[in-house]
Amino acid sequence: MSSVIQYILYLAVLVILAIPLGAYIKKVMSGEKTFLSRILTPCENAVYKVMRIKKDEQMNWKKYLISVLIFSGIGLVFLFLLQMLQGVLPFNPQGLAGVKWDLSFNTASSFVTNTNWQAYTGESTLSYLTQALGLTVQNFVSAATGIAVLFALIRGFTKVKTDGLGSFWVDMTRIMIHVLIPLNLVIAIALAGGGVIQNLKPAETVSLVEPIAVSADGEIIENADIDVDANTVTVDGQIIDGAQIVTEQFVPMGPAASQVAIKQTGTNGGGYMGVNSAHPLENPNPFTNILEMISLLLIPVALCFTFGMSIKNKKQGVAIFMAMFIMLAIALSIIAVNEQAATPQLAQNGAVDLSMVDQAGGNMEGKETRFGIATSSTWAAYTTAASNGSVNSMHDSYTPLGGMITMLQMQLGEVIFGGVGCGLYGMLAFAILTVFIAGLMVGRTPEFLGKKIEPYEMKWAVLVCLATPIAILVGTGIAAIVPSVPDSLTNTGAHGFSEILYAYSSCGGNNGSAFAGLNANTVFFNVSLGLVMLFVRFLPIIGTLAIAGSLAGKKRIATTAGTLSTTNALFVFLLIFIVLLVGALSFFPALSLGPIAEFFGSIA
Amino acid sequence: MKTLKSVLPRAAVIFLIFAILTGIVYTGVVTGIAQLIFPNQANGSIIEIDGKKYGCELLGQQYTDEGHMWGRIMNIDVSTYKDENGKMLMYAVPSNLSPASEEYETLVAERVEKLRAANPDMDDTAIPVDLVTCSGSGLDPHISPAAAEYQVARIAKARDISEQDVRDIIEKCTTGKFLGVFGEEAVNVLKVNLMLDGILQ
Repeated sequence: MSSVIQYILYLAVLVILAIPLGAYIKKVMSGEKTFLSRILTPCENAVYKVMRIKKDEQMNWKKYLISVLIFSGIGLVFLFLLQMLQGVLPFNPQGLAGVKWDLSFNTASSFVTNTNWQAYTGESTLSYLTQALGLTVQNFVSAATGIAVLFALIRGFTKVKTDGLGSFWVDMTRIMIHVLIPLNLVIAIALAGGGVIQNLKPAETVSLVEPIAVSADGEIIENADIDVDANTVTVDGQIIDGAQIVTEQFVPMGPAASQVAIKQTGTNGGGYMGVNSAHPLENPNPFTNILEMISLLLIPVALCFTFGMSIKNKKQGVAIFMAMFIMLAIALSIIAVNEQAATPQLAQNGAVDLSMVDQAGGNMEGKETRFGIATSSTWAAYTTAASNGSVNSMHDSYTPLGGMITMLQMQLGEVIFGGVGCGLYGMLAFAILTVFIAGLMVGRTPEFLGKKIEPYEMKWAVLVCLATPIAILVGTGIAAIVPSVPDSLTNTGAHGFSEILYAYSSCGGNNGSAFAGLNANTVFFNVSLGLVMLFVRFLPIIGTLAIAGSLAGKKRIATTAGTLSTTNALFVFLLIFIVLLVGALSFFPALSLGPIAEFFGSIA
Repeated sequence: MKTLKSVLPRAAVIFLIFAILTGIVYTGVVTGIAQLIFPNQANGSIIEIDGKKYGCELLGQQYTDEGHMWGRIMNIDVSTYKDENGKMLMYAVPSNLSPASEEYETLVAERVEKLRAANPDMDDTAIPVDLVTCSGSGLDPHISPAAAEYQVARIAKARDISEQDVRDIIEKCTTGKFLGVFGEEAVNVLKVNLMLDGILQ
């Protein structure tokens, strides 16, 4: 019972905080006064001065697009080079070497596209400089880019007979200065107070309470008598030759809290640590956890309300929100039920206690005690709904059906809230698809928000909606026949296939979470997943801006009695139906080979 | 081409501005404030007594002594990290195993058997799930109160102290849910063991 209350409160807190933030973002983006204007507007103006641009500059859709692409391109090259050169650059107390070209390319694509897929392990691969000046910066600007493109689309709906969609530079500056930087300052400091590390010190070592014996070939020796002073390891009275005694533990250090804050709020998800927010130094307790978990969906939810207010049709924002929220709630319940029920393999005919008495119970493999089932399942649902991809438990160790839902949410194209900005413009493409199909059924020219939807918009909307399924299925298909791929798998059989499918779903949805048993740090995976991420990020951006440009040039048509309402329950239902239809038809065969096959195998 | 020429310098300048603002200024300000107000938390919550670092409160270790409390199953990694003298350091990673495979079933059965043998007083009591599973980080410092209670008899017997003494220590090392609702109750295994050893009060 108490866990049900927990689920409900997690959802309630999220929505309650998102509504005022949505109103705030709307004000910021239209240049209205807010309670922070007095401090922040001078900073905003200073940026315009340095850049020598005007606040009211208008770009047509092509110029807006070129600005997005060039800006992202600069970020890609910068991050690529920064990683390769980190060995000779400062703020590298562990003396880490430069990152290999394929991993650098993968990580650069990953962060520039707001995916934050982790083929790297932060604490053993990246210097503090790379973390702060590389990853943190891209976490901020890739998120801001997504929101900017969303606003270009919103202007496409609101403007009439013009080609100006606003200025990419002004949109970026406003989001960065008024929204992302102040919000993350507060969250980062709260996280550091909660126990997330934030320093520039080299890694620490601490004593182990019980030393560990390791054999000459690197295996842990169990049941050994260890004499630290004499430096001997004895098993059953026999001294083991060449055995080593480990007496200290590695404790990573560095500026984590500042990066964790933006990785959550910007739906980035790339962890400071390899195991992301499951790591106790990245997410030490339920307080830091709720902060991080709410942050990860906060802006995507808020933007639904921002959208409604910006097009002066709050009901439309609520309708889109409802469609997303219903799908999220269903996904969350399925994950929660499956994880709490665990598997027969873990239950051992009752020898293992899976009850909820004085413990979380359920499938605790890959989950932290302090988070248990409810908090882990909620995070899993949030992070795969939003294209965040940070984790506080290991999805690879979820039950077959629980894990399948996390995968399915990404395969639906990251439109259940999705990434900041991109989730909503993705969903609006589905909305265009929906009004078109509904229009066909009733025999009317489809229109959406007072703009006629014609073949040009339809073509681009279909491309935006299909980019993800194409990238995932083609990528998985190719990977499944590459001979070196099976060496990367931790699990075999159906679950092994799921590991590959999950990787391409994650990158194809710009999500970034993983079935982490897959060793993705190989040239094949780094390059192929890198290309998938770039494809699914930028094709929808091109499509969205093309639609925006075309819509802005059209006249507004009056609402009549025959206009299909896009704010009522019927529309919400149709929208959900279309999203599920595209997802289910595309992925049912692949899911049958992976999680569904595994599920039936496990209960057989 | 003309657009390209006008866009490129602007894109470079705005990238530079945001790189400095978020990469250097933002990271620096957060570090400064955190070090000033929360130095212990921001530096890794390390338990240091009389100059010796007895462990990191937030990182799990492996315990096998009968007189110590045991934690989550660990997947130990001694090859990734070395100290400056090249000596191996202990770290751990998650298993990433599917909980629905036959291999997993066998693995858990072995763990059950081992725990049964080590805790004869508990007879056939079902074993709390935390003790037979690997955590998400691989470094989980906690176990559930149920998993701690399961070990009380063994620890008391091995140390020749009363079960109540062990329970008192466990209670001191238990953290509740945030605001009474969020997350789970958790027992910090390192703290329990340092208290059992008399190092921590």
